[in-house]
Amino acid sequence: MRGVLSLIILLGLSGLGLAAEEAKLDTGNTAWMLVASALVVFMTVPGLALFYGGLDKAKSILNTIAMSFTAFALVTLTWIAVGYSIAYGDDILGFMGNPFQYFFGKGISGINPDTGYPALLDLMFQLTFAAITTALISGSFVGRMKFSAWLLFALLWSVIVYPPVAHWVWGGGFLSQHGALDFAGGTVVHINAGVAGLVGALILGRRKDAALIPNSVPLVALGAGILWFGWFGFNAGSALAANETAAWAMINTTVAASTAALAWMFAEWLHAGKPTVVGISSGIIAGLVAITPAAGFVNLVGAVLIGAIAAPIAYFAVALLKPKFGYDDALDVFGIHGMAGIVGAVLTGVFADPSVGGTPGLIYGNVKQVFVQLVGVVVTMVYSAVLTAAILLALKATVGLRVSEEEEVEGLDSAEHGEKAYNF
Amino acid sequence: MKKIEAIIKPFKLDEVKDALVEIGIGGMTVTEVKGFGQQKGHTEIYRGTEYVIDFLPKVKIEVVVKDEDVEKVVETIVKTAQTGRVGDGKIFILPVEDVVRIRTGERGEKAI
Ligand SMILES: Nc1ncnc2c1ncn2[C@@H]1O[C@H](COP(=O)(O)OP(=O)(O)O)[C@@H](O)[C@H]1O
Repeated sequence: MRGVLSLIILLGLSGLGLAAEEAKLDTGNTAWMLVASALVVFMTVPGLALFYGGLDKAKSILNTIAMSFTAFALVTLTWIAVGYSIAYGDDILGFMGNPFQYFFGKGISGINPDTGYPALLDLMFQLTFAAITTALISGSFVGRMKFSAWLLFALLWSVIVYPPVAHWVWGGGFLSQHGALDFAGGTVVHINAGVAGLVGALILGRRKDAALIPNSVPLVALGAGILWFGWFGFNAGSALAANETAAWAMINTTVAASTAALAWMFAEWLHAGKPTVVGISSGIIAGLVAITPAAGFVNLVGAVLIGAIAAPIAYFAVALLKPKFGYDDALDVFGIHGMAGIVGAVLTGVFADPSVGGTPGLIYGNVKQVFVQLVGVVVTMVYSAVLTAAILLALKATVGLRVSEEEEVEGLDSAEHGEKAYNF
Repeated sequence: MKKIEAIIKPFKLDEVKDALVEIGIGGMTVTEVKGFGQQKGHTEIYRGTEYVIDFLPKVKIEVVVKDEDVEKVVETIVKTAQTGRVGDGKIFILPVEDVVRIRTGERGEKAI
C-alpha cells in the first residue's frame, strides 16, 4: 500500500507533464499483481462464503453464502463508482479523497510509475479488499437478517465506512501521515469489519437459537484452507511488487497462521478438553488476521510471537467474553477479526524490525510506535462503530432489519431464497 | 407373524446382522435414527462453548418373522447387541396382519 500517496501526486502531475508516459512496464510486478488480485477474489468467493456457510446452521447456509457473494458483487460496483475515489482520490482535509475523481475508471490509465504496473491494477487489487471487508461483517449478522436489509447495508457500508478508513491509512489521509503501520489491512479490513460486526450483533439482537453448531465442519476446513491460500495475495500482494518485501510477507503469513493454528488448538485443548477441527481452522484465521498489519514489517520470530499471542486472546474472547456479555456475534467476526486485528496492530508496533520493513518497533527502541498504532486502532474502532450503528439504525427505522420469528425458525434459506442446501 | 423392531447402538449393527443371518433370517430393514432414554444426550464443544446434543445416534432394525421364530431372534439380538451399559437399546414386538411380496403377489408367511 505504500507508495500510493506518491502515485496520487504523480497522477495529479500527469495532467501537466508526462511523468506517467515515461514509466516503463515492469512485467514481473504486473504478473504478480494480476495473480494476487485473483487470489484475494478467491478468498471471498468462495473461501469466506464456505467458511461461514459451514459454521452456520443447515437451514441458513445458503443465505450465509449469498451474503458473501452479493457483498462481493455489490462492492465491485460501489468501488468503481465512488469507493476507490474516496479512498485514493485527491486528499480532502486528510479525511477522504475526491469522491468523483475516478468515477467508473475515469482518468485511470498508463503505468503507475511507482510500481511499474498498469494503474488499472490498483483499482482491481484494492477492490478485492473493499469487497472482502464488507463480506466479513456478514458473519455476525447471519441467521436473522432480512436479505434486502443486508444488500442495503453492504451498499452503504462500502461507501460510507470502508473507503474513508482506507484513505486515512493508505490513501494519504491523516493516519498515514501520523506514521501508523498497517501493511495489508489489519486496521482497515479486520478491526473495521470486526467492530462493525459487534455493533451489528448488538443492534440486530440475539437469534432465538444462538448456538454455534456447524452444519459442516469439512466446509469450515475447506474455507479456512482457501482463505489461507488467498491470503498470500492479500498480504504478499500488498508489497505491490514482486520483491523481497513480498517474500517476507508471504513467509510471515504462513508462519503466523501455522503458529496460531497450534496455539488455538492447545488453548482449546487445555480449556475445553478437546482439540477440535473448528478450533484449528479458527486459529488459522486468527493468525492470518493478526499478521496482516505486520506481514512486511516483522521478522520470523515476530511472526511466530504474533501468531502465538493473538490466537489464545481471540479464543478466550470467543469462549468467555461473548457468553459473559451475551451479544450474538454469530460466527465470531469481532472475536476473531476484531480481537486478532487489534492484537496484530499493536504487536506490529512492538516487533517491527527495521531490517525487514525499514521501521523499528518497541523492541528496537522505538517506544512511540506502539502508541501510534493504538491511535490508529482507536480512531478506526470509533469511526466504524458510530457509522455502522448509524447505517443499521436508519435501516431498522425504514425497511427493518430482521425476518419474522417464524421465518427465522424455519430457516432463511427457504424463507428468503426459496431453496434448500441439501435435498434428499 | 410379528415385527421385531430393535433400537441398538450403531457400532453393534454388523454383529447383530451376522448373528441373525446365522440363525436363518433372510431379510431386514435398517434405519439410522436418533433417540434418548435414560442415556442422556452428549456434549459437543465449538469454539470453547459446550452444547448439549439431546438426541443420540441409534440404529433401528426391523425384522418380520414367523411367530415361532420370535424368541430365537430376540434372544440373538439381546446376546449380540448387549454391552451392559446404559443405552444398549430396546426391542419392540408388534403383531403383523399380513405380508405381500410385490414381485409375485404371494401373501402371508410365504412372502417373508
Ligand atoms: N419409550 C421408548 N420408545 C421408543 N424408543 C425408546 C424408548 N425408550 C428408549 N428408546 C430408544 O432406545 C434407546 C436406548 O434407551 P435408553 O433408555 O437410553 O437406554 P437402555 O436401552 O439402556 O434402557 C434410546 O436412545 C431410544 O432410541
